Amino acid sequence: MSQLRPELQKICEWIEPGSRVLDLGCGDGALLDWLQRNRQVTGYGVEINQQNVLSCLKKNVNIIQTDLDAGLTDFADASFDYVIMTQALQALHRPDKTLEEMLRVGRKSIVTFPNFGLWKCRLYLSINGRMPVSKALPAQWYDTKNIHLCTVNDFENFCAQRSMTISKRGIVDYNHRPSALMKLWPNLFGEVALYQLDEKKNAT
Amino acid sequence: MINITTQSVGIVEPKTIHFDEALPLVCGKVLEQYDIVYETYGTLNAKADNAVLVCHALSADHHAAGYHSEEDAKPGWWDICIGPGKPIDTDRFFVVSPCNLGHCSGSTGPRSINPATSIAYGKDFPMMTVVDWVNYQQRLADKLGIAQWAAVAGGSLGGMQALQWAIQFPDRLRHSIVIASAPKLSAQNIAFNAVARQAIMNDPDFHDGRYYDFNTVPSNGLKVARMLGHITYLSDDAMGDKFGRELKNAQLNYDYGVEFQVESYLRHQGESFASRFDANTYLLMTKALDYFDPAEKEGGDLSAVFKKVQAKFFLASFTTDWRFSPERSKEIVSALTDANRDVSYLEFESNHGHDAFLVKNDDYIDAFSAYMQNIEVSK
Repeated sequence: MSQLRPELQKICEWIEPGSRVLDLGCGDGALLDWLQRNRQVTGYGVEINQQNVLSCLKKNVNIIQTDLDAGLTDFADASFDYVIMTQALQALHRPDKTLEEMLRVGRKSIVTFPNFGLWKCRLYLSINGRMPVSKALPAQWYDTKNIHLCTVNDFENFCAQRSMTISKRGIVDYNHRPSALMKLWPNLFGEVALYQLDEKKNAT
Repeated sequence: MINITTQSVGIVEPKTIHFDEALPLVCGKVLEQYDIVYETYGTLNAKADNAVLVCHALSADHHAAGYHSEEDAKPGWWDICIGPGKPIDTDRFFVVSPCNLGHCSGSTGPRSINPATSIAYGKDFPMMTVVDWVNYQQRLADKLGIAQWAAVAGGSLGGMQALQWAIQFPDRLRHSIVIASAPKLSAQNIAFNAVARQAIMNDPDFHDGRYYDFNTVPSNGLKVARMLGHITYLSDDAMGDKFGRELKNAQLNYDYGVEFQVESYLRHQGESFASRFDANTYLLMTKALDYFDPAEKEGGDLSAVFKKVQAKFFLASFTTDWRFSPERSKEIVSALTDANRDVSYLEFESNHGHDAFLVKNDDYIDAFSAYMQNIEVSK
């Protein structure tokens, strides 16, 4: 598992063996590749970038090349055990709609994103008066793909408003080290946020 | 003189195989005996597990790769994808490329002599469907000692055969490669085919399909049919880039002769096609396209049909293809994912329209190669 980046290692711990998984914005397919070989998982990656798609093919990972912003209409309701989306939420045109779609298609959904409430971001903005640029968010405000950055609190408020049930939460730093500070003040000290959301139960 | 590169299968020779065993057809008729012309590239390995069946589309035939002679101007129709080091790598795979029944390039078709009457079949040649083609291809596999194809591959109407194989003989192929294809024709697709057929059948030289007996061919009708078809294979952008409003001569003549370059090009395409292709075959191939609908027996539920397939799928489409648009491939992908089958789907940028599957494009070649390289074959 050590070859996977830290947040993906955490996700692997959450996935039940033998599950059917849809990985949205799956990049080079590393997560699915690992899950297929070590957790008997089946499923598909969804990715738009041509080089990433090629990497998935080389790894023998089922890959569907399509734009996430176009929706998940090709997938039936509750057709996956897990729908995963790592580090892509903040780059979507309508993350709210995609999250709703994930909950429609998957029985469980796992989402990760960089926490914009991190003290470093706050400090950068308050001292420099400019949009934070860091190792994790290296692009400038005008050319960044991250058009919908949010904080841990933003995300949790959103879930509460939409009656989305958070069943697991992981707050880690880029090296996958949870700390006491992060536990106490996740919105201030968490670098990467991981959430597992459960299938929506109809209120009726 | 051709320049045969190291990536070519070189000079190839078609073979003919005769079948005496009657072939029952979907239309209810039976073909008592028939010939199939085919080409092969590469070598069948000891376990016969490296064979790839290549299925041709409407106007192509068994000549998929290499050259027939050093004088040939062009290689086979899918030479960009078949050969040493190419996606269907002939250093690993043994490729079988047959000419379909009903065609006019050597396999039994409307132009062949009907043994019952001793004259050409003409319009008496039974109607063919994709299901019938897969049936004869299965018999060809038996004759060649191939119990299971490593893959069945094709584009357009050829892709439909690859799809049908997975449905019809689930355990006789491991991979199905379906490129620029569709799960069935749309009303618009059928409409284009209907107009093409009308052009041929209304030609005074058609003689109700018996033109061979009159020593003539409905070439004007066939030309128009091909011109129409050709427009649907290209994209608006590709035609615009190639011709725009360019004139054939320096100025407009204000008459009905050929004035724009695009008119001249289409006429040339029509003429060269009509000189080599049989009108009855064109009619029959367009009907085979129209009839294709594997989901019909499941009430239109394609994913129900896919529940029993075993093959893994590779599908690809091209952005400017409006004959079989990316959405049509996605219908197949969606049904496959619903049925929990293995599938990869790619959408390539290209301005070549439907013809893009025949045109070299690095992304397409690299992805197709990557997929094929993962197909396991014994040494």
